[in-house]
Amino acid sequence: MKHVPITTHGIYPDSGDGVPVRHGRRDRHEHRVPTTAAISVENLVKTFGPTRALDGLDLEVGTGEVHGFLGPNGSGKSTTIRVLLGLLRADSGEARLLGGDPWRDSVSLHRRLAYVPGDVNLWPNLTGGEAIDLLAGLRGGLDESRRAELLERFELDPTKKARTYSKGNRQKVALVAAFAADVELYVLDEPTSGLDPLMESVFQDCVEEMSDAGKTVLLSSHILAEVEALCDRVSIIREGRTVETGTLAELRHLTRTSVTAETQRPVTGLEAVEGVHDVRVDGLRTWCEVDTRAIDGVLRHLLSFRVTSLTSTPPTLEELFLRHYGDELARDGENHRRAESGTRAR
Amino acid sequence: MSTVTAPVVAGRGQYTGTARLVRLALRRDRIQLPVWLLALIALQAFSASSVFGLYPTEADLRGFAVATAASPVALATNGVVSGYSAGAVLASQIVMPLSLAAGLMTTLLIVRNTRQNEETGRAELVEAAVVGRKALLTAALVVAVGANVVLGLLDVVVLITQGLPLAGSVALGAAVAGAGIAFAAIAAVTAQVTDSARTANGLAGAALGVAFLLRAVGDMAGTVTDAGTRVVTGWPTWVAPIGWAEQVRPYDDNAWWVLALPAVFALVLGSVALALSEHRDVGSGLVPTRPGPARASRSLPTAVGSAWRMQRTILFWWAFGVAVLAATYGAIGDQIDDFLGSGEQVTDMMEQLGGGTTNMVDAYFAAIFGMMAIAVAGYAVQALLRMRGEESAGRLESVLATAVSRPRWMLAHVGLVTAAIVALQLLTGAVTGLAFGLVTGGVPEQVVRLTGAALVFVPATLVVAAAVALLFGALPAWSAGLSWGFLALCLALGPLGGLLGLPATVRDLSPFAHIPAVPAAQVPCTPLVWLVVIAVVVDAAGVVLFRRRDLTTS
Repeated sequence: MKHVPITTHGIYPDSGDGVPVRHGRRDRHEHRVPTTAAISVENLVKTFGPTRALDGLDLEVGTGEVHGFLGPNGSGKSTTIRVLLGLLRADSGEARLLGGDPWRDSVSLHRRLAYVPGDVNLWPNLTGGEAIDLLAGLRGGLDESRRAELLERFELDPTKKARTYSKGNRQKVALVAAFAADVELYVLDEPTSGLDPLMESVFQDCVEEMSDAGKTVLLSSHILAEVEALCDRVSIIREGRTVETGTLAELRHLTRTSVTAETQRPVTGLEAVEGVHDVRVDGLRTWCEVDTRAIDGVLRHLLSFRVTSLTSTPPTLEELFLRHYGDELARDGENHRRAESGTRAR
Repeated sequence: MSTVTAPVVAGRGQYTGTARLVRLALRRDRIQLPVWLLALIALQAFSASSVFGLYPTEADLRGFAVATAASPVALATNGVVSGYSAGAVLASQIVMPLSLAAGLMTTLLIVRNTRQNEETGRAELVEAAVVGRKALLTAALVVAVGANVVLGLLDVVVLITQGLPLAGSVALGAAVAGAGIAFAAIAAVTAQVTDSARTANGLAGAALGVAFLLRAVGDMAGTVTDAGTRVVTGWPTWVAPIGWAEQVRPYDDNAWWVLALPAVFALVLGSVALALSEHRDVGSGLVPTRPGPARASRSLPTAVGSAWRMQRTILFWWAFGVAVLAATYGAIGDQIDDFLGSGEQVTDMMEQLGGGTTNMVDAYFAAIFGMMAIAVAGYAVQALLRMRGEESAGRLESVLATAVSRPRWMLAHVGLVTAAIVALQLLTGAVTGLAFGLVTGGVPEQVVRLTGAALVFVPATLVVAAAVALLFGALPAWSAGLSWGFLALCLALGPLGGLLGLPATVRDLSPFAHIPAVPAAQVPCTPLVWLVVIAVVVDAAGVVLFRRRDLTTS
């Protein structure tokens, strides 16, 4: 099964009630209620000296789900994952992994999961093939044919010494060692850093295969296109706290859709329609932002001015993301693009 | 459309940016380099005051010089004897060790600033800037030469303030600096040959070891002249850079022309290294890294198998070094009676080092085994700190995310090192016994007797190893410094403690203080059993603390 093209936004057909519908296999998962939780984290707190890395974080990942774990650098993604792997001990809060305690039951739980760190460090004098066998063997073995197939798909030469590998190739070693293992849960912490677009697409295929086989995947990432293409649900965290969680459709529902219309007569009175923001009329062209649930009323209003062309762009994940971090970015004076669109809207 | 560009002239600007890179290297080594220099100077100052303290009169100095020249073991471990003035005696004790240390400092400095930069990719970042092709290596060589010149100058200052003549002091400083600079050139070449910093250090380190052995053989094979106060060395001393430093014979001959040898050597080898650096790509070595196996052996993916793979190289090198030392000490054991009979001070020294006085040969072996046991403890510290290395490099995280428990992973390393300690002590005793047996007759008997004696030191070394395990579990960020500090304390309280005149209660803090002077003394079981019990308990505490703590990555 091939994945959906990942780079174009706004390709989703409108289902009529304002909720965008996604292409591809994700329709099956979209509204599935998770039966059991593979990962369940409640009110997790972890401090490093004066720094509060996790500040009451919540995370719920259903079995069989591909869950996107989003947040900027330093927001606590890796810390959460290290707590889930029993590498760090939480100060307070509840964390359950595959029905067990990640700290106490770490060994038995690790047999059932595979982990790919964002920055893979290998033993300089071992070859890539030896490192794969070492990591997989310590977990309890791997699927031989799958190992060979993955080496080929990721175009990895297993006879090279690890110190001669580039960052991307080190990453591939960890990916092959993880995906060649037959486990229930894959914990991937920014696994594709350093991979080229071709290998990124092989990675996405692998995640989809795992998902089709009913495996659970926790994918921490800040490549939003990757998350958009792969994930059933996402959790967005900020400063050690979960700020949003849900399916992409649900998240989109909370945000605004951009509407651009051309009409035969100049549009008037649009500001009065419920859920409409930032209206701009320039002759026969009209732009506005609409709360996604209120889009029906806007379309009805526009129809009376004889619509000749209409574009409706659902919010991208990037926009969702910026909604949570925008103020932070604006404060830092870093987000030029947003500052620009801000002036235009006013 | 035409553009005006400056013509690129081949060979020009190859050194552009060298000055900047020198500053970068100095900034990077701003702690490491001063620490090395201060440590070497402290060693110099300490040796000077101890020589002057132990041998206050001219007769004492003369006696010591004659005794040292007559003893192959003293010649092998200290260097040639040349005259009996205070300065000359000091030079016979310090020039060789100081040259060896300068060589080590310089080797590490060169590789750190050249090949290691390439391996980590930092060199690529630098070379993409306005930097000439030869600038990185030239800058490293400049810093290395500068460091050795500073070392030499500091040396001169220390020696003059001790009241020694100017000419000899300058000769000594120059001899040591010359040896360091020669090794800068050797390391510059090895850094071109391989693409791994570790291998480059290993090759240059091997050159250092060969140089040490060559001159040891040359010095031992020398003939004694001038009423026993001067050793004319054999030819092997003349082919080793450390040997050249000895041949300067400070405070005696002050043979300035010998300094031309390291100078020419460094110029030739430095030019070779610069030429080699032109004939390769950034990041690659002249000898490409060979591909390895595509599959792991069956034993690698186990806790013990992977620990062995990480530990075996360190162990092999230590085993080699221990075997060479043990063979040397064993082979000269039969000369000890003559040697010790002639020098009263040395007899005192041997006694203070831990030997008894009933049987001189056995006292000698007891002292030697005591030193060797501390060397093996040094192995244990280095090997067990690999655990911390794995953790801070981030590799341990991937391993502990598999089904290996923390206690199993740690016990694999601790268990291996424990077995290696026993093996190294066995090797010490067996090789010493074999060599001693070959020169005196009765090989099987000597092997059994001396192996047994060497094994008696195992419990004390196990306590040092356990202390490293405890520190790794309790204070990971400080474990390296504190572990080496503990070893240094054992050395100061143990063999050197007697020389320094420390009270017995303080010396008892070292586990080695509780080991009887075997084979000279009887073996009481109680302290040995207690040491083993302490080691086991402390190891267990280390594992428990490691089980309970967070993993940290630097």
